[in-house]
Amino acid sequence: MIRLERRPAPSRAWTVATPLLAVALTMVAGGLLFAALGKDPVAAIRTIFWDPLFNDQFAAYSRPQLLVKAGPLILIAIGLSLGFRANIWNIGAEGQYIIGAICGAGVGLAFYPSESWLVFPLMVIAGGLGGWAWAMIPAILKTRFQTNEILVSLLLVYVAEQILASMSLGLMRNPEGGGFPGSRNFQQYPAASNPELIAGTGMHWGVVAAFVAVIGAYVLLNRHMLGFHIRLTGQSPRAARFAGVRPTRLVLFCLGASGALAGLAGLFEVSGPAGQISIDFNQGYGFTAIIVAFLGRLHPVGILLAGLLMALTYIGGELAQFMLGLPAAAIQLFQGMLLFFLLGVDVLSNFRIRLGRREAA
Amino acid sequence: MTALLTVEGLTKAYPGVLANDRVSFEVAPGEVHALLGENGAGKSTLVKMIYGLVTPDAGKMRLNGAAFAPPEPRAARASGVAMVFQHFSLFAALSVAENVALGMEDPPPMGKLAARIREVSETYGLPLAPDRLVGDLSAGERQRVEIVRCLLQDPKLLIMDEPTSVLTPQEVEILFATLRKLAAEGTAILYISHKLEEIRALCDRATILRLGKVVASCNPRERSAAELAEMMVGTKLTPPSRTETQPGEVMLKVEGLSLPSSNPFGTSLKDVTFSVRAGEVLGIGGVAGNGQDELLAALSGEAPSAGGAVSLHGTPIGRLGPLERRRIAVLAAPEERLGHAAAPDMSLTENAMLTAAEREGLAVNGFLKWPAARAFAEKVIEAFDVRTPGPGNAARALSGGNLQKFVIGREVLQRPEVLVVNQPTWGVDAAAAAAIRQALLDLAAGGTAVVVISQDLDELMEIADRFAALNEGRLSTPRPTRGLSIEEIGLMMGGAHDMEVAHVAE
Repeated sequence: MIRLERRPAPSRAWTVATPLLAVALTMVAGGLLFAALGKDPVAAIRTIFWDPLFNDQFAAYSRPQLLVKAGPLILIAIGLSLGFRANIWNIGAEGQYIIGAICGAGVGLAFYPSESWLVFPLMVIAGGLGGWAWAMIPAILKTRFQTNEILVSLLLVYVAEQILASMSLGLMRNPEGGGFPGSRNFQQYPAASNPELIAGTGMHWGVVAAFVAVIGAYVLLNRHMLGFHIRLTGQSPRAARFAGVRPTRLVLFCLGASGALAGLAGLFEVSGPAGQISIDFNQGYGFTAIIVAFLGRLHPVGILLAGLLMALTYIGGELAQFMLGLPAAAIQLFQGMLLFFLLGVDVLSNFRIRLGRREAA
Repeated sequence: MTALLTVEGLTKAYPGVLANDRVSFEVAPGEVHALLGENGAGKSTLVKMIYGLVTPDAGKMRLNGAAFAPPEPRAARASGVAMVFQHFSLFAALSVAENVALGMEDPPPMGKLAARIREVSETYGLPLAPDRLVGDLSAGERQRVEIVRCLLQDPKLLIMDEPTSVLTPQEVEILFATLRKLAAEGTAILYISHKLEEIRALCDRATILRLGKVVASCNPRERSAAELAEMMVGTKLTPPSRTETQPGEVMLKVEGLSLPSSNPFGTSLKDVTFSVRAGEVLGIGGVAGNGQDELLAALSGEAPSAGGAVSLHGTPIGRLGPLERRRIAVLAAPEERLGHAAAPDMSLTENAMLTAAEREGLAVNGFLKWPAARAFAEKVIEAFDVRTPGPGNAARALSGGNLQKFVIGREVLQRPEVLVVNQPTWGVDAAAAAAIRQALLDLAAGGTAVVVISQDLDELMEIADRFAALNEGRLSTPRPTRGLSIEEIGLMMGGAHDMEVAHVAE
């Protein structure tokens, strides 16, 4: 018989090892899946994980994409992880991301065609505030009326999507766009655009912000009282109240911070890689970031790595669709497996496996 | 007389600990047999094996001469073994009769069952109304439900696990009368406790366990409580020493404190009034669930109250939260060690940060000084003899007694002016309990006002200068401990809790 025995304290070694083990298991199970679909598993895995970075033919295009895609994922996931650590569940980052993008873009469009250097910083502030304000709705409803932040934040995503559709068809539609939906393109509006900072790297201001957020979150969680209180609340809410944590303030802070970071990610995306407000500029980064946050163990450095890995599977997945004709659903399944295996092997950090005769309990 | 139950060489190991090591003893029919031992001595494991909840690794049991190895409690019950647990398994929203029916293999129709309950409860002096909701009953009455449920099975052996921890002295007397009558009728009773006077009053024989082994067997009536304690603990215990001090000025004053409980099943505080002087220990007794947690929360600042209801040196502090109260040296240690006083998965260093950041200067402008926190945790470990490999260990890896020493030590070393503790020695071994009590007395001798909330009356008699009791959220007027009789204490705790006067039918 195999049985699980609770460890007296969580194993540090396994906490680090489980994500790696989960990636390995995903490769094995994914390989089997691709083999069952009649594709060469080794080639498929190589196409997903290796070719985007090192293949002579594709790397020049796909390498910069890594940072372009990882940037918003990391920025959003860092914000979410703060709340998740304190058991405050913001599931609606996608909505905050959209509203941040709309607010930031709105400020930019309002100044068109200004050439002042102030336009972009103002857009950044408006983007952050927009996401923050959208997250304050579930936060205030929760603290005032004890509503469930999971439901409220999630449902507000669909409200945000409707606003986005309305904006791109109405108020923000490009007056010179020949009636097509979508706003002016920020890439043709230098004062308001978020360009690639170093050619060929994919580095833009959003990626810079993501790195700053990683460092900031690390310092907050490990060196600051607020971060300590976040961790304490997540692990032991009653002990947190005993320590003097005010739960209401913590909910406002965590939802506000995650909303603001998601809003920033939206602004950087819409003014940079996406280029314009359009009905579907949001690629579901707000939802994928939830996976990134957990894959990274809610740890800032873990999230940095998980964001890069997740971005890689996006790019590699597209490449595999294009090169090997793998169905898009198989790639999504592959990403889902990653989270599944991670949660599965997670048990090893708190339990150890014992082989042998089961003691009757 | 042939033995009813014979236990021979029963052994049970759990990872890292030998809970029972070749335990042997006998229980005769009609005997009240005590299992005496400290927390962690292996009493619970032993009776769980007899009741079929745990399978022994080695050893044999015989019941009425026949081999007895119950694979599950149902089999034990079928053989005539019944058990009343320390923690009741009752549904508050169901009636007494419905709760009893839930525990039976095939319950008779409700009407018949109610009649049986009435009959059994009256025979044994345990009046119970079968149609009352369990949620409306006091702890003592709930225990009666459990006992009646067992008696309906007509057991030959009744196991009672720490039954008096939820009773007032008056209720204990009622229970003992019932148990004596049962024994007189031939039912054997296995009585688990660490309360020596109770065992001397009730039991015919005592088997004493220490660290999983039987260390002695005796007639408790022929031994003094001190002798029994020595057998149980293995060393001579020195009772805490106290220096006579004149209480100083009033430090903490609570006046007309009424506070609804934050928990729907909690007890609201009603017009609680008391004061504590510098250098004084105020003991607050009472049966569990009469507002102890709520009182601690009101004093620690977790549950703020009207400003003037709590004051320090005459300054109202009722509205202040835990952080602000720590700033003015009003400290507290709650009952629940894991999850309230300490975060289970956090290290001792982090748990030191939890309450000591403010007073020990472990944070500057919100930035944490971990080396200082570690040093403070090491200081607590050193000063209070906390047995742990180091401050990096998780709180949940510590034994109850060691963690309790850490929790108390963490507050004591912050030089409080007022310290409030709830159940400071609950589930703690005798040596650690003595150390904790001594620390509280020393603190008072140094001029701190100490409030000890506890359900252990012996503890309060030992260390408190004045005593008051909580009963349904109300606090009795504090009285000097010296000269207080057990009857008076019982009445302060609510007497028999309005339970119908019980008479054992002769």
